[in-house]
Amino acid sequence: MSDLLLPVIDHYNHWIYVILMMIGLYAMIAKKNLIKKIVGMNIFQTAIILFYVSIGAKQGATIPIIDHGPLGGSHDVPTSVIEASNYINPLPHVLMLTAIVVAVATLGVALALAIKVYNRYETLEEDEILSQIRER
Amino acid sequence: MSHHYPALLVTVPLLCALFISIAGWLKRRLCFPIAVAALSVATTVSMGLLWRVLKEGVVLYRLGGWEPPWGIAYRVDHLNALVLTVIAVVALLNLIATQREVKEAFSEKIGAFYTLYILLVTGLFGIVVTGDAFNLYVLLEITSLTSYGLIAMGEDRAPLASLNYVYMGTIGACFYLLGIGYLYMVTGSLNMTDIASILPGLHHSRVLVVAFIICMVGVWLKMAFFPLHAWLPNAYTYAPAPVTSLIAPLMTKVMIYVMIRLLLTVFTPQFIFSILTLKTTVVYLSVIAIVMGAVLALGARNVKKMLTYVIVAEVGYMVGGAWLGNRAGLTGAILHIANDALMTLCIFLAVGNVMYKVKGYGFDDFRGMFTRMPFTMMGFTAGALSIIGVPPTCGFFSKWYLISGGIEAGHYGFVAALIFSSLVNTVLFFKIIEIGYYPNGNVHHGEPAPLRAMGEAPLSMVVPLLIVAAGLFGVGLYTGDIVTYVINPIIPAAIVH
Repeated sequence: MSDLLLPVIDHYNHWIYVILMMIGLYAMIAKKNLIKKIVGMNIFQTAIILFYVSIGAKQGATIPIIDHGPLGGSHDVPTSVIEASNYINPLPHVLMLTAIVVAVATLGVALALAIKVYNRYETLEEDEILSQIRER
Repeated sequence: MSHHYPALLVTVPLLCALFISIAGWLKRRLCFPIAVAALSVATTVSMGLLWRVLKEGVVLYRLGGWEPPWGIAYRVDHLNALVLTVIAVVALLNLIATQREVKEAFSEKIGAFYTLYILLVTGLFGIVVTGDAFNLYVLLEITSLTSYGLIAMGEDRAPLASLNYVYMGTIGACFYLLGIGYLYMVTGSLNMTDIASILPGLHHSRVLVVAFIICMVGVWLKMAFFPLHAWLPNAYTYAPAPVTSLIAPLMTKVMIYVMIRLLLTVFTPQFIFSILTLKTTVVYLSVIAIVMGAVLALGARNVKKMLTYVIVAEVGYMVGGAWLGNRAGLTGAILHIANDALMTLCIFLAVGNVMYKVKGYGFDDFRGMFTRMPFTMMGFTAGALSIIGVPPTCGFFSKWYLISGGIEAGHYGFVAALIFSSLVNTVLFFKIIEIGYYPNGNVHHGEPAPLRAMGEAPLSMVVPLLIVAAGLFGVGLYTGDIVTYVINPIIPAAIVH
């Protein structure tokens, strides 16, 4: 039993993001309401953001700001004092700042389109819209 | 000045987009001239870059002076330079050709329209010029977001089609991002050439295979590779005509470029064609794409929708050609990026002209068009001949390379699919040409429809169309030079045949 669970626990961050991603994908495929689909899309994007944030993290590491070292007061700490493993990797987090902006912009565009669709068909339920299209 | 060309290519249109949106508030008449200026500069710069690359080889530009693996680098080689020039020329010609239509259809929103137009082109330039895998994702999203907006400016079902495109496009871009995430996990780098130099030691890592497949699925979704094509036909059909003739030639082709860039530069052909055993599978997928694209086009009920399915089939050509993994196939795929962009532009400009006059795009709207709009139909016929692949046009030559690549690799299924699709294209286009030429061909009883008087589209729409149509023949005649000087240096030495 523990043999089976071990890989899951070892890589629990991957399992969490995959589950979240599937929830988002399910909402986009199975839900009929346009807003629910858009929320699903946002969950999908957030799952990937979480994945990136998790790969930058390290156990027992701190934020990547070089403190002034044991000698105090000086920026000229010899490089031997800096251990890369003591600091988390900031790059994935920085990348995700951009990805968050992109996600927000996508959400905004999608909601604006949903409003346009609502003004046109007076409903947000996909099957009702499709039946209206078929009637014409 | 010419030292900064790669950066100018992105910054000039970006700043101009800002000016256009300001002009949209203050003085609407200025929007169009600023857009033309932006794209003229971009065209000059991209041609200058192509010239420099041909003379000096790869151009590397370090943004802010940071050295590549840490900073973002723009890297222009023969492949980028070719695609950049195609983007600039297509965008500029389309901008001029559709000026009148845009002015009449979006008089209130003209500032918004041109801002989105120029931003879209900026995004495309960025995707092509960048040498950084994550930077590519951001620019991909800029391109996608602006195209959602542009498509939604259409009438009727456009917002709904655009919303469906948002869902699919976002999944595609997210998959690409996820793939890059896995790639970053194993290599610790985002710079394309840097990744390629780290990869050889990791060739048997399973993470790398996962990264590659996820990236590919994302890119295929964005380029509408057959089973993932569902968003394309509606989005391109209901988009306004000036938008369709911008997006249809460029978006899918730039995504093909991204795929080829991933294959050749990032993951390297050695890994993809020797270690992964996906080659044959993907070529068979492209065979299905080509055949299904052709069959769906036969069933389409109006001209625009028919053309969108033709695009789906063309995407199959290029994916298949690139994945054949030999010199002729890759040459055909790369050449087809340029050729397909030009002929798609040609055909959609012609349809745009007809729509401008007739306000419709059904098959019946083309009845008697040869007497009514002779010049537009000349352009349409040139585009149609090129898509079918008739010899002096450029479409023939790329198809020739693709077919000979298929024969060399022994993929007769791919060769058969290409020939089948050419035959179907013949049927599709001659159906339109026939009703255009013989308006009474199918009328056996009753009154023959009265011939309509000549009513050609305005000169500003016809002249760019005819320039593109002449370009189809020009590019066709110079194919030999393009292949020798531009495409041969792209194909890595690892691909021998």
